[in-house]
Amino acid sequence: MKITGGKVYDPANGINGEVRDLHIVDGKFADNANGATGGREIDATGMIVFPGGVDVHTHVAGGSINFARAMTPEDHRRTQAFIRTQSRRSGLGGMAPTTFATGYLYAGMGFTTVNEAAVPALSARHTHEELSDIPIVDKSSCVLMANNEIMLDLMERGEYDRARDIVAWYVWAAKSYGVKAVNPGGVAAWKYGHDAKGMSTAIPGYNKLTPGDVVTQLARIIDDLGLPHPIHLHCNNLGAPGNVATTLETMKHLEGSRAHIAHMQYHAYGGDDWSTMRSESAQLADYFNAHPNMTTDAGAVLFGDTVTITADGPWQHLLYKLTGRKWGNLDVENETGCGIVPYTYKPSNLVNAVQWAVGLELLLLINDPWRVFLSTDHPNGACFWRYPEIIHLLMSNDFRQACMKKLTPAIKGKITLPEITREYTLYEIATIMSAGPARALGLRQKGNLGVGCDADVVIYEEDKDIERMFGHPRYVLKGGQVVIEEGDIRETPEGREFITRPSYNPDTEAFLKPIFEDCYTMSFENYPVEMERIEHPTMMDCVDVD
Amino acid sequence: MSVIHLVVKEQPSVPLEAECISPDSFAELSNDEIRALRVYHGKRQCRVDDFFDVDGEKSDHIQIHGDVGRVRWLGRAMTRGTLQIYGDVGMHLGAYMKNGRIEVHGNAGDWIGAEMKNGFVHIHGDAGGQIGAAYRGSLRGMKNGTIIVDGTAGIEVGMRMRRGTIVVGGKVRDFAGLQMKGGTLVLLGGAEIRTGAWMTRGTIISLKPIQLMPTFRTSGPMNPMFMNVYARQLGKLGIDLPFDRRSGSYIRHCGDMSIPGKGELFVWQS
Repeated sequence: MKITGGKVYDPANGINGEVRDLHIVDGKFADNANGATGGREIDATGMIVFPGGVDVHTHVAGGSINFARAMTPEDHRRTQAFIRTQSRRSGLGGMAPTTFATGYLYAGMGFTTVNEAAVPALSARHTHEELSDIPIVDKSSCVLMANNEIMLDLMERGEYDRARDIVAWYVWAAKSYGVKAVNPGGVAAWKYGHDAKGMSTAIPGYNKLTPGDVVTQLARIIDDLGLPHPIHLHCNNLGAPGNVATTLETMKHLEGSRAHIAHMQYHAYGGDDWSTMRSESAQLADYFNAHPNMTTDAGAVLFGDTVTITADGPWQHLLYKLTGRKWGNLDVENETGCGIVPYTYKPSNLVNAVQWAVGLELLLLINDPWRVFLSTDHPNGACFWRYPEIIHLLMSNDFRQACMKKLTPAIKGKITLPEITREYTLYEIATIMSAGPARALGLRQKGNLGVGCDADVVIYEEDKDIERMFGHPRYVLKGGQVVIEEGDIRETPEGREFITRPSYNPDTEAFLKPIFEDCYTMSFENYPVEMERIEHPTMMDCVDVD
Repeated sequence: MSVIHLVVKEQPSVPLEAECISPDSFAELSNDEIRALRVYHGKRQCRVDDFFDVDGEKSDHIQIHGDVGRVRWLGRAMTRGTLQIYGDVGMHLGAYMKNGRIEVHGNAGDWIGAEMKNGFVHIHGDAGGQIGAAYRGSLRGMKNGTIIVDGTAGIEVGMRMRRGTIVVGGKVRDFAGLQMKGGTLVLLGGAEIRTGAWMTRGTIISLKPIQLMPTFRTSGPMNPMFMNVYARQLGKLGIDLPFDRRSGSYIRHCGDMSIPGKGELFVWQS
């Protein structure tokens, strides 16, 4: 198969808008010299060729999103319906799309790989069942660890090696790819009505263990294990005015380790309360620019209705108190928590207006597009299918200025966005939506149009209307197969799941079993997800981290 | 004025979903096109003329003759014209409607005028529950418009309504004005229990004594000025709302204090 004449944007290989031909053999890019002939030829003359999009942080499968679906019937009535056809199953789009619709919507926007960012090990089975029902895209997942009481107890006692083995065991038990940390210590404390806001204050219920210790040790554990994706960290004190201090302190605790800071937008606020809340993204971006050990995703906010989903139980309780809307909160035994609150972001609301600006400021103030990625923390900041709006905001200063006119007048002096004139180029967009997140996830075969990589390609018709261009690609290829053509879903192949198996001490299970039978409602033998449960698993090797 | 006449020729054996039967979709269509419009008989896709004889074309005035008690979503989201029904009608009549006029010479099912934005609905017979209500999960019910029911009505009348007016001639069942956020609910025939539960704002007027929830506080008799205005407006629609202090006064109760809400409930005492 051949794609000819397109303007190719392939940041992984430094190709910036050159007209090139791409050859595909057996679902991978091939060298023309190796006899890659025959098959279909797509004439992409005058079109723009990107590597398939990669979403580094999204919530698309598992107990929490399913809870959110059940909680928002009002959205199902008004949203886009997918009617069943020969090749397509029925489903619903909207704030929390159903599994099949999730695959169709992502692929329809040119995304071919997604990372489900928060999986409680206890409900990993459910998550994998849903992931296998998300067609077209390839998937990976991160298991929630930072509030696992077995691990916290070991850290408190200073048993680092044992804690490392436990983390490795959980990653394999959940058949996960990486490790997510949410509000380290805070969700564990929430089960007793507390939270953990200070990085250097002992977690309630522990004598000396602080959230800072958990962050440092967990990041080191993940590097020692050599997981391809570094610690995926949702910092403490999310959403609160003045939380930039906590975020900076967290980043200092991460020095010397790799780290991915999730949805940084929610962690970049100054001020003392809701009425004085302001953006501190400039300060945060300065620190971040100077510390190349970290990557981040924006977690940008767009105005409108959505539903917020997070493992951060205490924050969701606060959000419910602020909004008075329906809410859900769950404890996941001794592992983590979960909270759901439907929410509406309004430009007339100062806090929401600051959040909207901060997401864009971070994307514009962080210099290196290889380290900051396109995300809305779907569905928390906005739904993933609204990414083209963010791309429009990034590529057009005029559009940003026009949008800023709709913000509440109280925003004056509280954000730096009006002074920023940077506009993203197509090359930079290709970096933040594909090449960068693929590299941060350690998926070398993704976000790359080089020989030997997966033939995931999205081809756009050049269009002055940026949202239309990115929202409606002309062709999307997944593994060399044309899945979207002329705005229609043509094929719905099943995606793969990426899994890692970090090594752990063989006596870990003997150590865990008695603790497990004491703490859990599930038996030890039934707990790990069986490999047969995973559809199309792809094992990824651990890496050496310096 | 040309009128499109629909006459029921065959009763659907299971509920028929016919949101295409609305002035907006008929207005520009020829007779053949109207006959060919799609309706859902359970999970089966059928044509309008499988169930109705259609007479007339290209008009936003529709008359339906016969029992359409099993037909749902008539006049859904309509923005203009009239829909007159001579017979009983099924659920979701005029749901989401934005404007226009619906008149039913018969009884109606549940959820009539649910989440409507504006417009006028008059049911000459009895109606079901959830009139002008918010659908499950939604924050707000009807935003404006008027719904009049001459007969009785079911449960949760005006549930979470935001604005607009509902008048019910007969008795309504439980939870009238549940979680009401605004608007006016006039109960000429009184109500069963838990009227106004969880109401945060809005006005419920009852001409018959009703059983109050313990979370309502009584603030005494009054004849508010706005009742004159209401009476004049409703008088044009043929509804007689008393307001003259010589014939009696309203006892005002406020609540629901368990929220705590700022709604008010007036009960007429002659």
